[in-house]
Amino acid sequence: MGISRRTALKAMAGATATSVATTLAPQESKAALVVPRPDALGMLYDSTRCIGCKACMVACNEANDLTPDTAASGGLWHMPVDLNEHAKNIIKLYRDTAKGEQSFVKRQCMHCLDPACVGACMLGALQKGDYGIVRYNPDLCIGCRYCEMGCPFNILKFEWSKAVPKMVKCELCRHRIAEGKGPACCEVCPVGAVIYGKRADLLAEAHRRIAERPDFYVQRVYGEHEVGGTQVLYLTHVDFEKLGLPAYGDDSVPERARSLQHTIYKGFIAPVALYGLLAAVMIRNRKSSGAAEEGES
Amino acid sequence: MSAHTHTQPQPIGGVIFTRPVIILAAFAGLAGALIVWRFAAGLGATTALNDGYPWGLWIAFDVVTGTALSCGGYAVALLVYILNKGKYHPLIRPALVTSAFGYSIAGLSVMIDIGRPWLAYKLPLFWHWNLNSVLLEVALCIITYTIVLWLELSPAFLERAKSSSVSALRRLGEIGLPIARKSLLWLTAFGMLLPTMHQSALGSLLLLSGPRLNPLWSTTLLPLLFLLSCIAMGFGAVVIEGSLSALFLRRKPETDMLAGLGSAMRPLLVLYLGIRLIDLAVRGQLGALFAFDLYSVMALLEMALLVVALVLLASDAQRRDLGNLFRAAMLLILAGALYRFDTFLVAFSPGAHWAYFPNVTEILITAGLVAGEIAGYIILIKLFPIVAGAPRRALAHS
Ligand code: SF4
Ligand code: SF4
Repeated sequence: MGISRRTALKAMAGATATSVATTLAPQESKAALVVPRPDALGMLYDSTRCIGCKACMVACNEANDLTPDTAASGGLWHMPVDLNEHAKNIIKLYRDTAKGEQSFVKRQCMHCLDPACVGACMLGALQKGDYGIVRYNPDLCIGCRYCEMGCPFNILKFEWSKAVPKMVKCELCRHRIAEGKGPACCEVCPVGAVIYGKRADLLAEAHRRIAERPDFYVQRVYGEHEVGGTQVLYLTHVDFEKLGLPAYGDDSVPERARSLQHTIYKGFIAPVALYGLLAAVMIRNRKSSGAAEEGES
Repeated sequence: MSAHTHTQPQPIGGVIFTRPVIILAAFAGLAGALIVWRFAAGLGATTALNDGYPWGLWIAFDVVTGTALSCGGYAVALLVYILNKGKYHPLIRPALVTSAFGYSIAGLSVMIDIGRPWLAYKLPLFWHWNLNSVLLEVALCIITYTIVLWLELSPAFLERAKSSSVSALRRLGEIGLPIARKSLLWLTAFGMLLPTMHQSALGSLLLLSGPRLNPLWSTTLLPLLFLLSCIAMGFGAVVIEGSLSALFLRRKPETDMLAGLGSAMRPLLVLYLGIRLIDLAVRGQLGALFAFDLYSVMALLEMALLVVALVLLASDAQRRDLGNLFRAAMLLILAGALYRFDTFLVAFSPGAHWAYFPNVTEILITAGLVAGEIAGYIILIKLFPIVAGAPRRALAHS
């Protein structure tokens, strides 16, 4: 009987279906934890210490040569309403007057241990570089903005106002780290609400603070496990979700697509096999139909 | 012998720049001017795209929906070469032309949409490839497939060259045609592999947005659902194109074949609906499906359109009624387009304070590209042997 056309169709559907099945399977089991590199650098932001002075925002723009966003302030001062092409770092206020609850929150790239943006980028313009810093290289960026579609924290921003745009994101002041300094925001904070150091040390410090005041802090360090872990960590006394830090699970974001792709395209065997099968069925069909149409196959 | 000539593709002939073609070309020209503006002023000034919705109409429609609509070539090729239904062979060339145009337009849209297209030449530099990037797979596959589609059409161009009055062209046709015909099988097989890969990958793209995608759409089965629905849309597009070209070119419609496509669609639709519902059930989302909020209504609408299409295609008599078949095909396409818009725009929520609706420039550019595509199709079938079957007038004489 040889290869039947049914086999070919089955193979085509099967190529997707089996891989889907195999990727579903590991999800049932314990999510594989992403292990941070030992020299991973990060920041710890403690919202209970932040006074909302926004000195870090000004320092960030200065350190990164960003023009101020004066649209909302009538041209007077840097006042972005969210992270954007002029702001890699922002202080936002959460306030619930009914509950009498209030907190600032600092937002910037989380430097995920397994970043969705890095998984997205076609040519590796976004990469996890020295100290686990997620860095951006415009020379390999074609501006597709898939990284924006992927980042679970809405961090990446595009220079919409420019005809020759780039992506904008916090790179943990890697140019300053190379000079032996730390991120500008951590250096300038007058109350030490955001501090900089090795992720392992920051995590220990965070847990120390929680242990010290267990009924003050929320009993969780945001970023320890979320989306597989991030190098920027958060402490707060209000609900993390109120601060725009969603209750994501511990699974790394790019893992699902990655394992699917790897299953389907492992060694490129499946596509090549499918190609062979398609051609074989075509040849067989052409023979069996008696080469009714000469010329065109 | 006459039966034979009826199924051989022939140029339609006639005046090229008819009024419709000129109007369509004017639309395309307007789009061209807007595209120049977009590159001079940047994306912010010219589109409604923003950092919450970095992908808008051009990706969701021109690329994701447009290439699925252009799966006619793929769908009919599967039918003819894999399911061995030779009778559909005359549908292949016209379907390939629409596919080739559709994919070319999608490629063009991407170049307009991306912010730094001058670096796109780096895409083939394999030492830079991030093999984890689904978008890389989509991009490379679509580029390759567009080339393959035009190559699959090369016999049509070479046949024409062979009967040209210029001797150099004639020689090109004589030498090229046998080569093109010999390699056609391998090309066609490649032309079936590539859409299988990238049409499913278009679904996989959104796996990365999983945490911000509504659970009604966020499933690991996205690639499979996208693949099945693109084949259905491809069939739908072939039916519509077949009926419209019969109407406008005053030819006898290929009712037999189109009705046959109608019945080929049915198992596909049942399969798609079955997988969709079972997946929702397994993931415990059936409650959300019937919550009757925006998301549930959109998802239900997608499925309802397919159910109505199935009803319209239920009996053989219904499928042979061209008007009815046409409506069913329209519903299929609508359902597939809605599924794609929902997945890429509605189900995707970057946060409450973000909103997106395409602005006039985006819409005019998309419309202009589609107009250009239709004009190109009309010109091509007039000049080259694409469409088979005798004109209605000739038929009346015989
Ligand atoms: S927070 Fe977003 S931009 Fe930063 S590393 Fe994670 S995915 Fe990338
Ligand atoms: S916009 Fe640039 S950095 Fe972002 S994914 Fe695309 S190529 Fe990579």
